[in-house]
Amino acid sequence: MSSRRTLKKGAVWYINSGMDKEFTAVTIPTSLHKKIEELIKGTEHRSVSSYVTKVLRDSLSAAEKPATEVFSKDEEEKVKERLKALGYID
Amino acid sequence: MIQPHGGKLVDRVLKGKAKEEALARAGRLRRLVLDAELISDVENIATGVYSPLQGFLGEADLRSVLETSRLRSDDAWTIPIVLDVDLKTADGLKKGEEVLLASENGRPLAILHLEEKYGFDKGETAEKVFGTRDAAHPGVAKVIAMKDVLLAGPIDLIEVTPTPFDRWKLTPKETRVLFEAKGWRTVVGFQTRNTPHIGHEYVQKAALTFVDGLFINPVIGRKKKGDFKDEVILASYEEAIRRYYIKERTVMAILQMEMRYAGPKEAIHHAIIRKNFGCTHIIIGRDHAGVGSYYAPFAAQEVFEDFPDLGIVPMFFRSFSYCRTCGSVVNEKICPHPPAEHIQFSGTKIRDLLVKGECPPPELMRPEVAKVIMAFEDPFNE
Repeated sequence: MSSRRTLKKGAVWYINSGMDKEFTAVTIPTSLHKKIEELIKGTEHRSVSSYVTKVLRDSLSAAEKPATEVFSKDEEEKVKERLKALGYID
Repeated sequence: MIQPHGGKLVDRVLKGKAKEEALARAGRLRRLVLDAELISDVENIATGVYSPLQGFLGEADLRSVLETSRLRSDDAWTIPIVLDVDLKTADGLKKGEEVLLASENGRPLAILHLEEKYGFDKGETAEKVFGTRDAAHPGVAKVIAMKDVLLAGPIDLIEVTPTPFDRWKLTPKETRVLFEAKGWRTVVGFQTRNTPHIGHEYVQKAALTFVDGLFINPVIGRKKKGDFKDEVILASYEEAIRRYYIKERTVMAILQMEMRYAGPKEAIHHAIIRKNFGCTHIIIGRDHAGVGSYYAPFAAQEVFEDFPDLGIVPMFFRSFSYCRTCGSVVNEKICPHPPAEHIQFSGTKIRDLLVKGECPPPELMRPEVAKVIMAFEDPFNE
């Protein structure tokens, strides 16, 4: 059984079997909730929340943009010199 | 280029003035001596192999990893990266202080900014990571033998420790520049702790058919008795690549890390690491990172269902064998011939032949590769 205490507006700490993790509530239409309940019967998902979390993680991952991280020219040149010395690039 | 895990490649390697200052105050700091495995973990944190980790896990993150296989940031993380010390050592350290992490020969390696020290339940940790408390499991045995207190906090690396394998050692920053320089947009990572046989080569080349580049990434570090020695794995792969792989499409670099043999959880860990190296795909075979019969043969593939947000795409391969009638490597989906026609790629069988000084048949291993292995007086770990 989970207990909960208010942390900040819209967010709660669920304290479940010694495990503290921050959760927040999202509202979805009741009819959609019911459809999901039906959908997850007999699957590994024990709750609509668990299913929705998985779908959202999937969706976020698909929306992930390629890395924009660029190294400074100097840094990149140093790396390329080492790669050349080791025979990785010509 | 694929995003590093958590969105940013961690770089905690001190340079220039910051490094000089760290070295100058190193002598005044309390010192912790680390073994080779912990040194690898420190370097992997600092160079971004373990991105997004900035240091050893704190208590809340450890609990989150054990309970949900995720960090508190919600990023997937399945293997605890922790620093254990005995009670007496922990008592002598204060939260907030800097601790020098040093090698056994006294070389300063890194500075730990100590934020937490806490106890942990070894049995529970073993069970949550390895799915068993059986002390015969090498990963469980390691956890049980750990010291009682964990230290946590970010680390800053002062100096990379030299190894005999430095010519194959690349950081994620370097592999990312390398893949870019080669014009590879998609790269498949292959994790290995073995010398290559024909089955491995087939899987790697089958995967390479669909992507731009192949990244062969042998794990170098403590392994089980009877596993191939690190230098044997590298020499045999070098020979295989030289003779049978396209140089422009293949890169080999090492990963210095201890094998945990955590099966499915370690498969996720391996995928995260390869994502940080810049791989877009990873090959996951039968019983990946398994040991004995602790995990179902395809548990390490099924576990990816629970991590739809990993970002790196797993390429699953089932069992392969060589079919005498087809005259090629096959699996049950593509070969109509009975099992009697099939020669299994059994590591044990190959090892037994090599131990006896016999060259495995060419259907199992390239003769040139076998020759390289047999040139070592004792190719296996004691």
